[in-house]
Amino acid sequence: MTLPRSATISEPVFTPENEEEAAALVAACAAASRPLAIRGGGTKAAVGRPVNAEATLSTQAFTGITLYEPAELVIAARAGTPLAEIERTLADRGQMLPFEPADARVLLGSQGEATVGGLAATNLSGPRRIMAGACRDAMIGVRFVNGRGEVVKSGGRVMKNVTGLDLVKLAAGSWGTLGLLTEVTFKVQPKAERSATLVIDGLDDTRGIDALNAALGSPFEITGAAHLPAGLAGERARTILRIEGFSPSVDYRVGELRHLLAAYGPAERIVDAAEARRLWQDVRDARFLAEPREHAVWRLSTMPTAGPRIVAAVAGLGDVRFFYDWGGGLVWLSVPAEGDCGAATIREALAPHGGHATLWRAPADVRAAVQPFQPLAEPLMRVSEGVKRAVDPAGIFEPGRMYAGI
Amino acid sequence: MVLSRARREDAVTTIAFPAPDAAVLGRREAIIAGLARLLPAEAVITSEDERRAFETDALTAYRQMPLAVVLPSTTEEVAAVLRFCHAEGVKVVPRGAGTSLAGGAIPQEDAVVLGVAKMNRVIDIDFVNRTARVQAGITNLAISQAVAHEGFFYAPDPSSQLACTIAGNIAMNSGGAHCLKYGVTTNNLLGVTMVLLDGTVIEIGGAHLDAPGYDMLGLVCGSEGQLGVITEATVRILRQAEGARPALMGFDSVETAGACVAAIIGAGIIPVALEFMDRPAIKVCEAFAHAGYPLDVEALLIIEVEGSEAEIEDALRRIVAIAERFSPKALRVSRSEAESAAIWKGRKSAFGAMGRIADYLCMDGTIPTGQLPHVLKRISEICTGYGLGVANIFHAGDGNLHPLVLYDINKPGELEKAEAAGADILKLCVEVGGCLTGEHGVGIEKRDLMRHQYSEVDLVQQMRIRGVFDPAWLLNPAKVFPLDGRVVQ
Repeated sequence: MTLPRSATISEPVFTPENEEEAAALVAACAAASRPLAIRGGGTKAAVGRPVNAEATLSTQAFTGITLYEPAELVIAARAGTPLAEIERTLADRGQMLPFEPADARVLLGSQGEATVGGLAATNLSGPRRIMAGACRDAMIGVRFVNGRGEVVKSGGRVMKNVTGLDLVKLAAGSWGTLGLLTEVTFKVQPKAERSATLVIDGLDDTRGIDALNAALGSPFEITGAAHLPAGLAGERARTILRIEGFSPSVDYRVGELRHLLAAYGPAERIVDAAEARRLWQDVRDARFLAEPREHAVWRLSTMPTAGPRIVAAVAGLGDVRFFYDWGGGLVWLSVPAEGDCGAATIREALAPHGGHATLWRAPADVRAAVQPFQPLAEPLMRVSEGVKRAVDPAGIFEPGRMYAGI
Repeated sequence: MVLSRARREDAVTTIAFPAPDAAVLGRREAIIAGLARLLPAEAVITSEDERRAFETDALTAYRQMPLAVVLPSTTEEVAAVLRFCHAEGVKVVPRGAGTSLAGGAIPQEDAVVLGVAKMNRVIDIDFVNRTARVQAGITNLAISQAVAHEGFFYAPDPSSQLACTIAGNIAMNSGGAHCLKYGVTTNNLLGVTMVLLDGTVIEIGGAHLDAPGYDMLGLVCGSEGQLGVITEATVRILRQAEGARPALMGFDSVETAGACVAAIIGAGIIPVALEFMDRPAIKVCEAFAHAGYPLDVEALLIIEVEGSEAEIEDALRRIVAIAERFSPKALRVSRSEAESAAIWKGRKSAFGAMGRIADYLCMDGTIPTGQLPHVLKRISEICTGYGLGVANIFHAGDGNLHPLVLYDINKPGELEKAEAAGADILKLCVEVGGCLTGEHGVGIEKRDLMRHQYSEVDLVQQMRIRGVFDPAWLLNPAKVFPLDGRVVQ
């Protein structure tokens, strides 16, 4: 591939064939101060502030699993590798990504195939995050092209590594603003032999969250803890818990949990495994809030017991729909897409408890006008700007996607 | 590296320190007077006798007398000290309990040591939301003790946990024997209060999962005190398992033990601990702890599982069934608390037991676990080549290897040979796809080996980011990055 000249650089999409080409392309864009959008499968392209890019850098040609050692619980793949391919490959050996990545298309109504790079860059984790850690916790190595057009590696293929600054974590959830990821290495986990889901019916939000946290504070290793209010996934509220492991252990823990949670009502086990799997997929993908399409959707992370109080405090926004994951600590909110889509109200409600609110789905003009990512305090913002400059001095990668100025 | 037994005052070791800044040394009295204006009298340590307690850490071959030592009690005092040192151009070496095996807390003659040990309170415990807010000078074990009455614990458990502080754990991203299941510090940390060199106080994260914006928490974890001084932390606390029990198995070759570990993990079993010892380590540990270790084997595995009695029985039955396919020469499942304690006593006393028979350097590389037989063979050849013995302790589940390079400090030149052997071993770890340090950190010990793991581009990128937090390069400056590598933005 030849180096683009200024006339061709504004072409919509570049698809470098390898790291070297990508690096040369980035160096040329940096020299010309041409802002770049980075695109994997494009499934989460509508999250964050709209970016005025003059070209798009696609990872579509960086594909393939570069390393998979099941006995070492490690897999590495080029950034454009479809997530589905990773999941299939792992499943063939009875393994999985620990953090249960969501299918963002459900909520965002997007098309395309999610990629490894997009997953890493958005640090997207599902229900199992409470037990197994986030996407960033499973990431143990990255290669990326920085804003100088240099190929940088950090971390590696081993699970324990404290050699130098951990740029792997910095890359996780940076939404493309710190560089073009070219390869990501993940720690993986065995798939559990069995999974059981317990449901307690009819609890209000506070009682439901209390029940979840009683379970999470037990020794019985909960891998999913969600509360679905009445009217969302059935007429009655459902408080759901997932227990995974070897069969005798699952049976034992189910028994103990029923006993522990007796005060909250009978905990019924979902008998149909496929039904239970679909339910957790819906929680993972926030399918309950996919409709109405015209609503804005927020994703809040806070301390678990604060969830119901925050929801109560934003009731004034009108037709508010919501549910809780992570024992109440992850609140998904759907609100009418009017004005600031509830930004001020939601962040005010969140403030006393700590945490962050991300506007996950909204019209582009709203995402341009309000801060879709939680605003940072001035000193933290200043340091973030410094980090951006240290990695991308010309500010060419997804400028403003997360915050104005980075 | 651990240096044990004797202390040799005249040790000539190979890791260099930069020459102290004469101008700063010349202003010592004025600098001390300035610090005395910011802190109570007892928090500023200046006498030679008292400073001597801070001249090294657990890498005791290296000693540097600091200019002064300050022991602030609040975030505000830390900020005042840093602001002052920044303005005066004085280097600062942050210190927790001084248990770094990599020399991460070793001072410099022209530096002020900033110890956080006085800030050791638990600020808040929230059992329902499963978090604890602590001051950064609290010891690792004290956090677990503070939550134990409700059956909770703080998961990362470095072997120095009785003494080491959470500040130091964050600086080094410390691990422990149980991190195969529970992760290391970075996986259990939710928030910090950190003071930058210019005195700015920043709050990162909090009592919730994931932090907004860039993952600064991830960046700070393992940054070895070069980005700022941590004064408070919010950590996850977990409910303890109902019980835990180990099994012990011996094999007649390293390869077979390694294959057995791979088969266990391949069967979907993640034990809470999976420890490996080679023949020299077994012999010394058994002589010390009388744990009932088999002495006629080349490799010993200690595999521990957690849960209720029934769950433990089931998991151990699965593990034993797998192990039997590899014809173990010894196989024993612990049947009592006393037996479990004895099995662990041998492993946990390994470093101490080894220290009774020889001086040693404790290395800390990580390797892809499949490389174990090759790596152990090469380690043996490397050490033999230097005329030294070696014993290996290995966290077999995650590939973190601790070769103990044995030498005699009273034989001139042996320490230097041991250092050279250690360096060769770490280069080998990198060569097979691993890294220089799995849980101890770079400090000064591995600083000059960094170019073996990272390209110049990789290192410069790291240094540019470090420079955002500390442009004047005053925070723990002689550590982690090669001395000739400093990058100015």
